Amino acid sequence: MSNLILIIVTAALINNVVLSQFLGICSFLGVSKQMKASASLGLAVIFVITIASAVASLLYDFVLKPLGLDFMKTIVFILVIAALVQIVEMFLKKTSPAIYKALGIYLPLITTNCAVLGVALTNVQDGYNFIESVLSGFGTAVGYTVAIVLLASIRTRIREEDIPAPLRGAPIVLISAALMSIAFMGFSGLSF
Amino acid sequence: MKKYLERLYNGLVKENPTLILMLGMCPTLAVSTRAMNGIGMGLSTTAVLILSNVVISLLRKVIPDEVRLPAYIVIVASLVTVTELLIEAYLPSLYSALGIYIPLIVVNCIILGRAEAYANKHDPVLSLFDGLGMGLGFTVALTLAGMIREFLGNGTFFGMQALPAGIEPIGIFVQPPGAFLVIALIIAIQNAIGIRTRQRDLVEKGCDGVCANCAARCAAAEEVSGK
Repeated sequence: MSNLILIIVTAALINNVVLSQFLGICSFLGVSKQMKASASLGLAVIFVITIASAVASLLYDFVLKPLGLDFMKTIVFILVIAALVQIVEMFLKKTSPAIYKALGIYLPLITTNCAVLGVALTNVQDGYNFIESVLSGFGTAVGYTVAIVLLASIRTRIREEDIPAPLRGAPIVLISAALMSIAFMGFSGLSF
Repeated sequence: MKKYLERLYNGLVKENPTLILMLGMCPTLAVSTRAMNGIGMGLSTTAVLILSNVVISLLRKVIPDEVRLPAYIVIVASLVTVTELLIEAYLPSLYSALGIYIPLIVVNCIILGRAEAYANKHDPVLSLFDGLGMGLGFTVALTLAGMIREFLGNGTFFGMQALPAGIEPIGIFVQPPGAFLVIALIIAIQNAIGIRTRQRDLVEKGCDGVCANCAARCAAAEEVSGK
Protein backbone atom coordinates (compact mmCIF):
# COMPACT_ATOMS: atom_id res chain seq x y z
CA MET A 1 0.00 0.00 0.00
CA SER A 2 2.71 2.47 0.98
CA ASN A 3 4.35 1.51 -2.29
CA LEU A 4 1.29 2.76 -4.18
CA ILE A 5 1.16 6.02 -2.20
CA LEU A 6 4.84 6.50 -2.92
CA ILE A 7 4.15 6.15 -6.66
CA ILE A 8 1.56 8.95 -6.52
CA VAL A 9 3.70 11.27 -4.38
CA THR A 10 6.76 10.64 -6.52
CA ALA A 11 4.87 11.33 -9.73
CA ALA A 12 3.06 14.41 -8.41
CA LEU A 13 5.71 16.18 -6.36
CA ILE A 14 9.18 14.64 -6.35
CA ASN A 15 9.46 14.06 -10.13
CA ASN A 16 7.02 16.80 -11.07
CA VAL A 17 6.23 16.34 -14.74
CA VAL A 18 6.71 19.99 -15.71
CA LEU A 19 9.20 21.32 -13.21
CA SER A 20 11.65 18.44 -13.24
CA GLN A 21 10.77 16.29 -16.28
CA PHE A 22 10.03 19.22 -18.63
CA LEU A 23 7.04 17.59 -20.29
CA GLY A 24 4.04 19.66 -21.36
CA ILE A 25 6.04 22.90 -21.27
CA CYS A 26 4.12 24.43 -24.19
CA SER A 27 0.75 24.37 -22.47
CA PHE A 28 2.34 25.07 -19.06
CA LEU A 29 3.75 28.35 -20.34
CA GLY A 30 1.03 29.14 -22.88
CA VAL A 31 -2.18 28.55 -20.96
CA SER A 32 -1.02 29.77 -17.52
CA LYS A 33 -2.07 33.35 -18.19
CA GLN A 34 -5.43 32.93 -16.48
CA MET A 35 -6.30 31.04 -13.36
CA LYS A 36 -9.61 29.67 -14.63
CA ALA A 37 -8.18 28.39 -17.89
CA SER A 38 -5.27 26.75 -16.05
CA ALA A 39 -7.54 24.96 -13.62
CA SER A 40 -9.82 23.67 -16.40
CA LEU A 41 -6.85 22.52 -18.45
CA GLY A 42 -5.46 20.80 -15.34
CA LEU A 43 -8.70 18.90 -14.80
CA ALA A 44 -8.82 17.85 -18.44
CA VAL A 45 -5.20 16.66 -18.22
CA ILE A 46 -5.98 14.58 -15.10
CA PHE A 47 -8.89 13.02 -16.94
CA VAL A 48 -7.00 12.20 -20.14
CA ILE A 49 -3.67 11.10 -18.64
CA THR A 50 -5.33 8.72 -16.17
CA ILE A 51 -7.41 7.05 -18.90
CA ALA A 52 -4.50 7.07 -21.37
CA SER A 53 -2.15 5.41 -18.84
CA ALA A 54 -4.73 2.70 -18.19
CA VAL A 55 -5.33 1.98 -21.87
CA ALA A 56 -1.62 2.15 -22.78
CA SER A 57 -0.75 -0.24 -19.95
CA LEU A 58 -3.42 -2.79 -21.00
CA LEU A 59 -2.37 -2.54 -24.65
CA TYR A 60 1.28 -3.03 -23.82
CA ASP A 61 0.77 -5.97 -21.45
CA PHE A 62 -1.85 -7.85 -23.44
CA VAL A 63 -1.20 -6.98 -27.07
CA LEU A 64 2.25 -5.57 -27.80
CA LYS A 65 4.32 -7.68 -25.42
CA PRO A 66 2.77 -11.11 -26.19
CA LEU A 67 3.18 -10.40 -29.90
CA GLY A 68 6.78 -9.25 -29.47
CA LEU A 69 5.93 -5.83 -30.89
CA ASP A 70 7.12 -3.70 -27.99
CA PHE A 71 9.36 -1.65 -30.30
CA MET A 72 6.11 -0.37 -31.88
CA LYS A 73 5.04 1.26 -28.63
CA THR A 74 5.72 4.89 -29.65
CA ILE A 75 3.59 4.62 -32.80
CA VAL A 76 0.83 2.65 -31.12
CA PHE A 77 0.66 4.88 -28.05
CA ILE A 78 0.45 8.14 -29.95
CA LEU A 79 -2.30 6.86 -32.23
CA VAL A 80 -4.20 5.34 -29.32
CA ILE A 81 -3.94 8.59 -27.34
CA ALA A 82 -5.19 10.62 -30.31
CA ALA A 83 -8.12 8.24 -30.86
CA LEU A 84 -8.84 8.03 -27.15
CA VAL A 85 -9.15 11.78 -26.78
CA GLN A 86 -11.67 11.84 -29.64
CA ILE A 87 -13.71 9.06 -28.03
CA VAL A 88 -13.63 10.69 -24.59
CA GLU A 89 -14.75 13.94 -26.18
CA MET A 90 -17.70 12.30 -27.98
CA PHE A 91 -18.63 10.28 -24.91
CA LEU A 92 -18.66 13.35 -22.66
CA LYS A 93 -20.65 15.33 -25.20
CA LYS A 94 -23.38 12.66 -25.17
CA THR A 95 -23.44 11.70 -21.51
CA SER A 96 -22.50 14.73 -19.42
CA PRO A 97 -22.81 18.05 -21.22
CA ALA A 98 -21.82 19.94 -18.05
CA ILE A 99 -18.37 18.32 -17.87
CA TYR A 100 -18.04 18.63 -21.63
CA LYS A 101 -18.73 22.32 -21.44
CA ALA A 102 -16.02 22.79 -18.81
CA LEU A 103 -13.34 20.60 -20.41
CA GLY A 104 -14.41 20.35 -24.04
CA ILE A 105 -12.10 22.79 -25.73
CA TYR A 106 -9.06 21.52 -23.84
CA LEU A 107 -9.46 17.88 -24.79
CA PRO A 108 -8.19 18.11 -28.38
CA LEU A 109 -5.14 20.08 -27.35
CA ILE A 110 -4.07 17.43 -24.93
CA THR A 111 -3.56 14.94 -27.76
CA THR A 112 -0.19 16.40 -28.57
CA ASN A 113 0.71 17.32 -25.01
CA CYS A 114 3.98 15.43 -24.70
CA ALA A 115 3.20 14.67 -21.05
CA VAL A 116 0.55 12.11 -22.08
CA LEU A 117 2.91 10.15 -24.31
CA GLY A 118 5.73 10.68 -21.81
CA VAL A 119 3.79 9.11 -18.94
CA ALA A 120 2.70 6.13 -21.04
CA LEU A 121 6.30 5.48 -22.12
CA THR A 122 7.75 6.00 -18.63
CA ASN A 123 5.26 3.54 -17.12
CA VAL A 124 6.37 0.89 -19.59
CA GLN A 125 10.03 1.71 -19.01
CA ASP A 126 9.61 1.41 -15.23
CA GLY A 127 7.80 -1.92 -15.64
CA TYR A 128 4.66 -0.74 -13.86
CA ASN A 129 1.65 -3.06 -13.77
CA PHE A 130 -1.88 -1.87 -14.54
CA ILE A 131 -2.70 -0.37 -11.12
CA GLU A 132 0.72 1.22 -10.74
CA SER A 133 0.42 2.75 -14.24
CA VAL A 134 -2.97 4.27 -13.50
CA LEU A 135 -1.76 5.70 -10.18
CA SER A 136 1.44 7.04 -11.70
CA GLY A 137 -0.60 8.63 -14.52
CA PHE A 138 -3.01 10.16 -12.04
CA GLY A 139 -0.16 11.44 -9.83
CA THR A 140 1.68 12.93 -12.80
CA ALA A 141 -1.45 14.75 -13.93
CA VAL A 142 -2.11 16.07 -10.43
CA GLY A 143 1.48 17.34 -10.40
CA TYR A 144 0.87 19.08 -13.72
CA THR A 145 -2.30 20.71 -12.40
CA VAL A 146 -0.60 21.88 -9.20
CA ALA A 147 2.26 23.38 -11.20
CA ILE A 148 0.12 25.19 -13.79
CA VAL A 149 -2.31 26.58 -11.19
CA LEU A 150 0.61 27.84 -9.09
CA LEU A 151 2.25 29.45 -12.10
CA ALA A 152 -1.06 31.07 -13.11
CA SER A 153 -1.43 32.64 -9.67
CA ILE A 154 2.16 33.89 -9.78
CA ARG A 155 1.55 35.37 -13.22
CA THR A 156 -1.56 37.25 -12.13
CA ARG A 157 0.62 38.91 -9.49
CA ILE A 158 3.61 39.81 -11.66
CA ARG A 159 1.38 41.25 -14.39
CA GLU A 160 1.10 44.61 -12.62
CA GLU A 161 4.73 44.78 -11.52
CA ASP A 162 7.36 47.03 -13.08
CA ILE A 163 9.61 44.46 -14.69
CA PRO A 164 12.91 45.48 -16.41
CA ALA A 165 12.22 45.73 -20.15
CA PRO A 166 14.41 42.83 -21.39
CA LEU A 167 12.77 40.46 -18.91
CA ARG A 168 9.20 41.24 -19.97
CA GLY A 169 7.30 38.42 -21.61
CA ALA A 170 8.83 34.98 -21.58
CA PRO A 171 11.94 35.55 -19.40
CA ILE A 172 10.06 36.56 -16.26
CA VAL A 173 7.67 33.62 -16.61
CA LEU A 174 10.61 31.25 -17.05
CA ILE A 175 12.34 32.75 -14.01
CA SER A 176 9.14 32.23 -12.00
CA ALA A 177 9.11 28.62 -13.19
CA ALA A 178 12.76 28.28 -12.14
CA LEU A 179 11.96 29.49 -8.62
CA MET A 180 9.02 27.07 -8.44
CA SER A 181 11.32 24.31 -9.61
CA ILE A 182 13.80 25.15 -6.82
CA ALA A 183 10.96 24.93 -4.31
CA PHE A 184 9.85 21.58 -5.72
CA MET A 185 13.41 20.25 -5.37
CA GLY A 186 12.70 20.33 -1.65
CA PHE A 187 10.23 17.48 -2.12
CA SER A 188 13.08 15.16 -3.07
CA GLY A 189 13.72 14.93 0.67
CA LEU A 190 10.36 13.18 1.09
CA SER A 191 10.75 9.48 1.74
CA PHE A 192 8.54 6.74 3.02
CA MET B 1 22.13 26.56 -55.34
CA LYS B 2 21.35 29.90 -53.78
CA LYS B 3 17.84 28.90 -52.68
CA TYR B 4 19.28 25.83 -50.92
CA LEU B 5 21.79 27.94 -49.00
CA GLU B 6 18.96 30.35 -48.20
CA ARG B 7 17.08 27.44 -46.52
CA LEU B 8 20.13 26.66 -44.38
CA TYR B 9 20.55 30.30 -43.38
CA ASN B 10 16.82 30.53 -42.64
CA GLY B 11 16.91 27.53 -40.29
CA LEU B 12 20.18 28.39 -38.59
CA VAL B 13 19.73 32.13 -38.11
CA LYS B 14 16.69 33.93 -39.48
CA GLU B 15 14.00 31.55 -38.22
CA ASN B 16 16.04 29.52 -35.76
CA PRO B 17 13.38 27.12 -34.40
CA THR B 18 14.45 27.41 -30.77
CA LEU B 19 15.97 30.87 -30.39
CA ILE B 20 13.63 32.83 -32.69
CA LEU B 21 10.45 30.75 -33.14
CA MET B 22 10.59 29.36 -29.56
CA LEU B 23 9.50 25.86 -30.60
CA GLY B 24 10.51 22.54 -29.09
CA MET B 25 11.00 23.87 -25.58
CA CYS B 26 10.58 20.50 -23.80
CA PRO B 27 13.75 18.87 -25.21
CA THR B 28 15.63 22.18 -25.03
CA LEU B 29 15.04 22.42 -21.29
CA ALA B 30 15.40 18.73 -20.59
CA VAL B 31 18.57 17.58 -22.34
CA SER B 32 20.72 20.71 -22.14
CA THR B 33 22.53 19.56 -19.00
CA ARG B 34 25.65 18.75 -21.05
CA ALA B 35 26.86 20.22 -24.34
CA MET B 36 27.37 16.71 -25.74
CA ASN B 37 23.76 15.75 -24.92
CA GLY B 38 22.65 18.87 -26.80
CA ILE B 39 24.60 17.78 -29.88
CA GLY B 40 23.28 14.22 -29.61
CA MET B 41 19.66 15.25 -29.23
CA GLY B 42 20.01 17.95 -31.88
CA LEU B 43 21.49 15.59 -34.47
CA SER B 44 18.93 12.84 -33.71
CA THR B 45 16.14 15.35 -34.24
CA THR B 46 17.87 16.65 -37.39
CA ALA B 47 17.98 13.12 -38.83
CA VAL B 48 14.26 12.61 -38.16
CA LEU B 49 13.42 16.08 -39.46
CA ILE B 50 15.31 15.64 -42.76
CA LEU B 51 13.77 12.22 -43.41
CA SER B 52 10.26 13.27 -42.43
CA ASN B 53 10.46 16.41 -44.58
CA VAL B 54 11.62 14.38 -47.60
CA VAL B 55 9.06 11.59 -47.12
CA ILE B 56 6.19 14.01 -46.53
CA SER B 57 7.26 16.12 -49.50
CA LEU B 58 7.35 13.01 -51.73
CA LEU B 59 3.90 11.95 -50.53
CA ARG B 60 2.37 15.42 -50.57
CA LYS B 61 0.22 14.70 -53.62
CA VAL B 62 -0.81 11.25 -52.34
CA ILE B 63 -1.94 12.06 -48.79
CA PRO B 64 -5.53 13.36 -48.73
CA ASP B 65 -5.80 16.74 -47.10
CA GLU B 66 -8.34 15.72 -44.44
CA VAL B 67 -6.19 12.98 -42.93
CA ARG B 68 -2.81 14.61 -43.38
CA LEU B 69 -2.06 15.10 -39.68
CA PRO B 70 -2.59 11.46 -38.63
CA ALA B 71 -0.57 10.46 -41.70
CA TYR B 72 2.29 12.80 -40.70
CA ILE B 73 2.22 11.48 -37.14
CA VAL B 74 2.52 7.88 -38.35
CA ILE B 75 5.41 8.79 -40.68
CA VAL B 76 7.25 10.73 -37.97
CA ALA B 77 6.62 8.05 -35.32
CA SER B 78 8.01 5.36 -37.64
CA LEU B 79 11.13 7.40 -38.36
CA VAL B 80 11.60 8.11 -34.65
CA THR B 81 11.31 4.40 -33.83
CA VAL B 82 13.99 3.59 -36.44
CA THR B 83 16.25 6.34 -35.06
CA GLU B 84 15.68 5.16 -31.50
CA LEU B 85 16.64 1.56 -32.36
CA LEU B 86 19.76 2.77 -34.22
CA ILE B 87 20.87 4.95 -31.27
CA GLU B 88 20.21 2.09 -28.83
CA ALA B 89 22.34 -0.22 -30.95
CA TYR B 90 25.27 2.01 -31.85
CA LEU B 91 25.37 4.81 -29.25
CA PRO B 92 24.29 3.16 -25.97
CA SER B 93 25.74 5.94 -23.77
CA LEU B 94 23.76 8.62 -25.66
CA TYR B 95 20.69 6.37 -25.46
CA SER B 96 20.87 6.20 -21.68
CA ALA B 97 21.64 9.94 -21.35
CA LEU B 98 18.63 11.01 -23.45
CA GLY B 99 16.27 8.25 -22.30
CA ILE B 100 12.59 9.02 -22.73
CA TYR B 101 13.31 12.16 -24.76
CA ILE B 102 14.28 10.13 -27.85
CA PRO B 103 10.78 8.63 -28.43
CA LEU B 104 9.34 12.04 -27.49
CA ILE B 105 10.91 13.50 -30.67
CA VAL B 106 7.53 12.43 -32.16
CA VAL B 107 5.73 15.23 -30.36
CA ASN B 108 8.42 17.83 -31.04
CA CYS B 109 6.51 20.76 -32.54
CA ILE B 110 9.36 21.59 -34.93
CA ILE B 111 8.88 18.37 -36.90
CA LEU B 112 5.11 18.53 -37.45
CA GLY B 113 5.43 22.29 -37.81
CA ARG B 114 7.87 22.01 -40.72
CA ALA B 115 5.77 19.25 -42.33
CA GLU B 116 2.73 21.49 -42.21
CA ALA B 117 4.42 24.79 -42.99
CA TYR B 118 6.99 23.73 -45.56
CA ALA B 119 7.35 20.10 -46.67
CA ASN B 120 3.77 19.66 -47.88
CA LYS B 121 4.13 22.64 -50.20
CA HIS B 122 7.66 22.23 -51.61
CA ASP B 123 9.73 19.73 -53.57
CA PRO B 124 11.80 17.04 -51.79
CA VAL B 125 15.22 18.62 -52.33
CA LEU B 126 14.15 22.00 -50.95
CA SER B 127 12.40 20.21 -48.07
CA LEU B 128 15.60 18.29 -47.36
CA PHE B 129 17.56 21.51 -47.05
CA ASP B 130 14.80 23.06 -44.94
CA GLY B 131 14.97 20.06 -42.59
CA LEU B 132 18.76 20.27 -42.49
CA GLY B 133 18.72 24.00 -41.73
CA MET B 134 16.03 23.77 -39.06
CA GLY B 135 17.67 20.69 -37.53
CA LEU B 136 21.07 22.37 -37.38
CA GLY B 137 19.48 25.51 -35.93
CA PHE B 138 17.92 23.38 -33.19
CA THR B 139 21.25 21.61 -32.62
CA VAL B 140 23.14 24.90 -32.30
CA ALA B 141 20.61 26.27 -29.80
CA LEU B 142 20.61 23.07 -27.70
CA THR B 143 24.40 22.93 -27.71
CA LEU B 144 24.64 26.59 -26.72
CA ALA B 145 22.28 26.06 -23.77
CA GLY B 146 24.17 22.87 -22.90
CA MET B 147 27.53 24.65 -22.95
CA ILE B 148 26.29 27.41 -20.64
CA ARG B 149 24.68 24.98 -18.18
CA GLU B 150 27.61 22.58 -18.21
CA PHE B 151 30.15 25.37 -17.68
CA LEU B 152 28.25 27.10 -14.86
CA GLY B 153 26.92 23.98 -13.20
CA ASN B 154 29.73 21.52 -13.63
CA GLY B 155 32.77 23.67 -14.45
CA THR B 156 33.48 21.73 -17.64
CA PHE B 157 33.50 22.45 -21.39
CA PHE B 158 32.46 19.41 -23.48
CA GLY B 159 33.59 17.24 -20.58
CA MET B 160 37.00 18.92 -20.15
CA GLN B 161 37.75 20.75 -16.92
CA ALA B 162 37.36 24.47 -17.67
CA LEU B 163 37.12 26.16 -14.28
CA PRO B 164 40.43 26.36 -12.38
CA ALA B 165 40.62 24.17 -9.30
CA GLY B 166 39.33 25.95 -6.20
CA ILE B 167 36.40 27.65 -7.92
CA GLU B 168 33.24 25.79 -7.03
CA PRO B 169 30.72 25.45 -9.92
CA ILE B 170 27.10 26.50 -9.24
CA GLY B 171 25.41 23.11 -9.10
CA ILE B 172 21.87 24.43 -9.55
CA PHE B 173 22.57 25.06 -13.25
CA VAL B 174 22.71 21.37 -14.09
CA GLN B 175 19.60 20.78 -11.98
CA PRO B 176 16.09 21.38 -13.42
CA PRO B 177 15.81 25.04 -12.22
CA GLY B 178 18.99 25.89 -14.15
CA ALA B 179 17.27 24.96 -17.41
CA PHE B 180 14.54 27.57 -16.90
CA LEU B 181 17.08 30.17 -15.73
CA VAL B 182 19.46 29.73 -18.67
CA ILE B 183 16.69 29.85 -21.29
CA ALA B 184 15.23 32.93 -19.54
CA LEU B 185 18.70 34.51 -19.62
CA ILE B 186 19.23 33.74 -23.33
CA ILE B 187 15.84 35.26 -24.24
CA ALA B 188 16.50 38.29 -22.01
CA ILE B 189 19.86 38.90 -23.72
CA GLN B 190 18.21 38.63 -27.15
CA ASN B 191 15.58 41.13 -26.00
CA ALA B 192 18.21 43.50 -24.63
CA ILE B 193 20.27 43.58 -27.83
CA GLY B 194 17.12 43.96 -29.94
CA ILE B 195 16.82 40.56 -31.65
CA ARG B 196 13.16 40.12 -32.52
CA THR B 197 11.90 36.75 -31.36
CA ARG B 198 8.48 35.22 -30.83
CA GLN B 199 9.14 35.02 -27.12
CA ARG B 200 5.79 36.57 -26.22
CA ASP B 201 3.93 33.88 -28.15
CA LEU B 202 5.62 31.29 -25.94
CA VAL B 203 3.93 32.58 -22.81
CA GLU B 204 0.82 34.06 -24.41
CA LYS B 205 -0.10 31.25 -26.80
CA GLY B 206 2.44 28.51 -26.13
CA CYS B 207 3.24 28.21 -29.82
CA ASP B 208 3.99 30.11 -33.00
CA GLY B 209 0.78 29.37 -34.87
CA VAL B 210 2.53 27.54 -37.70
CA CYS B 211 2.43 24.02 -36.36
CA ALA B 212 -1.05 22.64 -36.87
CA ASN B 213 -1.28 21.09 -33.43
CA CYS B 214 0.01 24.19 -31.76
CA ALA B 215 -2.44 26.16 -33.87
CA ALA B 216 -5.28 24.24 -32.27
CA ARG B 217 -3.74 25.00 -28.90
CA CYS B 218 -3.54 28.69 -29.79
CA ALA B 219 -7.12 28.88 -30.96
CA ALA B 220 -8.39 27.30 -27.76
CA ALA B 221 -6.22 29.49 -25.56
CA GLU B 222 -7.48 32.58 -27.36
CA GLU B 223 -11.06 31.42 -27.10
CA VAL B 224 -10.69 31.09 -23.35
CA SER B 225 -8.97 34.42 -22.79
CA GLY B 226 -11.54 36.09 -25.04
CA LYS B 227 -14.43 34.96 -22.84
